[in-house]
Amino acid sequence: MAAISREEVAHLARLSRLAVTEEELDMFAGQLDVILQAVAQVGEVAAADIPPTSHSVPLTNVFREDVVTPCLTPEEALSGAPDAEDQRFRVPRILTEDVAS
Amino acid sequence: MTTTLPAYDEVVARYEPVIGLETHVELGTNTKMFCGCPTDFGGEPNTRVCPVCLGLPGSLPVANKAAIEAIIRIGLALNCSIAEWCRFARKNYFYPDMPKNFQISQYDEPICVDGYLDVEVGGETVRIEIERVHLEEDTGKTLHVGGATGRIHGATESLVDYNRAGIPLVEIVTKPITGTGALAPDVAKAYVAELRDVIRTLGVSDVRMEEGSLRCDVNTSLNLPGQEWGTRTETKNVNSLRSVERAVRSEMLRQASVLDAGGRITQETRHFHEDTGDTTPGRSKETATDYRYFPEPDLVPIAPDPAWVAELKAALPELPRVHRRRLQEQWGLSDLDMQSVLNAGAVELIEATVAAGTTPAAARKWWLGELSRRANESGVELAQIGATPTQVAELQGLVDAGKLNDKMARTVLEGVVDGEGSPTEIMTSRGLEVVSDTGALTAAVDEAIAANPGIADKIRSGKVAAVGALVGAVMKTTRGQADAKTLRELILERLGVQG
Repeated sequence: MAAISREEVAHLARLSRLAVTEEELDMFAGQLDVILQAVAQVGEVAAADIPPTSHSVPLTNVFREDVVTPCLTPEEALSGAPDAEDQRFRVPRILTEDVAS
Repeated sequence: MTTTLPAYDEVVARYEPVIGLETHVELGTNTKMFCGCPTDFGGEPNTRVCPVCLGLPGSLPVANKAAIEAIIRIGLALNCSIAEWCRFARKNYFYPDMPKNFQISQYDEPICVDGYLDVEVGGETVRIEIERVHLEEDTGKTLHVGGATGRIHGATESLVDYNRAGIPLVEIVTKPITGTGALAPDVAKAYVAELRDVIRTLGVSDVRMEEGSLRCDVNTSLNLPGQEWGTRTETKNVNSLRSVERAVRSEMLRQASVLDAGGRITQETRHFHEDTGDTTPGRSKETATDYRYFPEPDLVPIAPDPAWVAELKAALPELPRVHRRRLQEQWGLSDLDMQSVLNAGAVELIEATVAAGTTPAAARKWWLGELSRRANESGVELAQIGATPTQVAELQGLVDAGKLNDKMARTVLEGVVDGEGSPTEIMTSRGLEVVSDTGALTAAVDEAIAANPGIADKIRSGKVAAVGALVGAVMKTTRGQADAKTLRELILERLGVQG
């Protein structure tokens, strides 16, 4: 049984705003399935006494002091932007409604 | 929509409300959550940004220790358990208010859980259970232009300023609040007010709703007694204490009218409108799984040292509830009187006025009287009325010194609220001052006696009550600037009558 369905790949593509053709869906579903199955093998060898990890280094509490460091200038900040206006990044509007998150 | 809404009393007689509140508080740290950019309000667009908060390739976030300390203190003040180990998570979504296409937040491992906050409503204590308190980063500000606003090319687009992106944001989520019935809107308001006071007391945020450093989302649902909870809606954009109350009330009324008509409530986000006091539907809610949360690989877990947590707990300041109880005792107020002070949002104002040298009774009189009336009339919070505790204390000082009578003091206070200056300045500029020069007053009294021989005779013959007419006459010639009591005594003295 496949680890990821063609529909799930289409759903992920939609969430990521990626335009994926029908042919690409078939191709990516197959490729992602192979990747996921390979990763799943790790789960088979991990015993109950091995907790899942999200980091490769056994560190906690890496903090910085609350001290201001220099910022970029607006020119530097906007230098890589495809488009800018009024010292702001100009982007296509994504949703039809205003969102306050 | 022109649907007639049912009466509030009928709604709460038929339905039981369940509410829940999610409050976001911007922390007042010097720098952002994961980089050293400053956090101060205002500033030219994109002047407080760096590779980390712009999400440039190769940049790495590092957590701000002051923000971690602040959220632990908030958790402790809200009687939460502090996690021994927790992680940040990526919340993935596609919206340009975050340049990374994700927000660093916390998901299934919040740093503070299972607390409570006691609030007082209508003389009763209501315990609001806190589900979680977690840390995340604020988003940038988007400005929508084009299309409807009439730009030439009509291309609909957004302009983004990332100054705010990355400012530490604490989210405080209550458990569902049940059993409050008709008081639900008041409970919601009292909770947000108490939370604001707690956070202000901790000194970790300036918690200004009007500047957006405290923002509130309100969940509301209705159900029939004994039945399961109804479908809830989430009202966003609730930006004042008064609005919290109005948003719950208006959403209860709206839902009741839908349910009464046999309709169903849609689970959705609604936007509150300050001007009309009602809500309109916003975007349909993306389900939680759509955010594809996963542990943030660029940050290591947080494991607060229990000794550090204990130290922070021991150093917590006196919390507002305890502080209020102490003030109530000092001011000699009954529970009911203290509740009205609290409801009016006047505790700190009275406290500051007393600190500036006024008696508690006089301070309470001004803040709960004239000033509360003006605040209600103009629909603003008492603290935003435009009069400060120092000015009120100055005003009372003028009254105590006999320079202003009560009526004149009210006039001066109106001027203070209208921004005309300090009480002394207004007293001078408006030519208001009690005529205390006895010579001038005696002359005015003698003049009035001479002009009203009939009345004077009546008083001489024992009808002391008639003195009111002469008081009125003198007040008229002195343009109300005499103290009525002094005047009365003076008239009787001039007529040789015992008062």
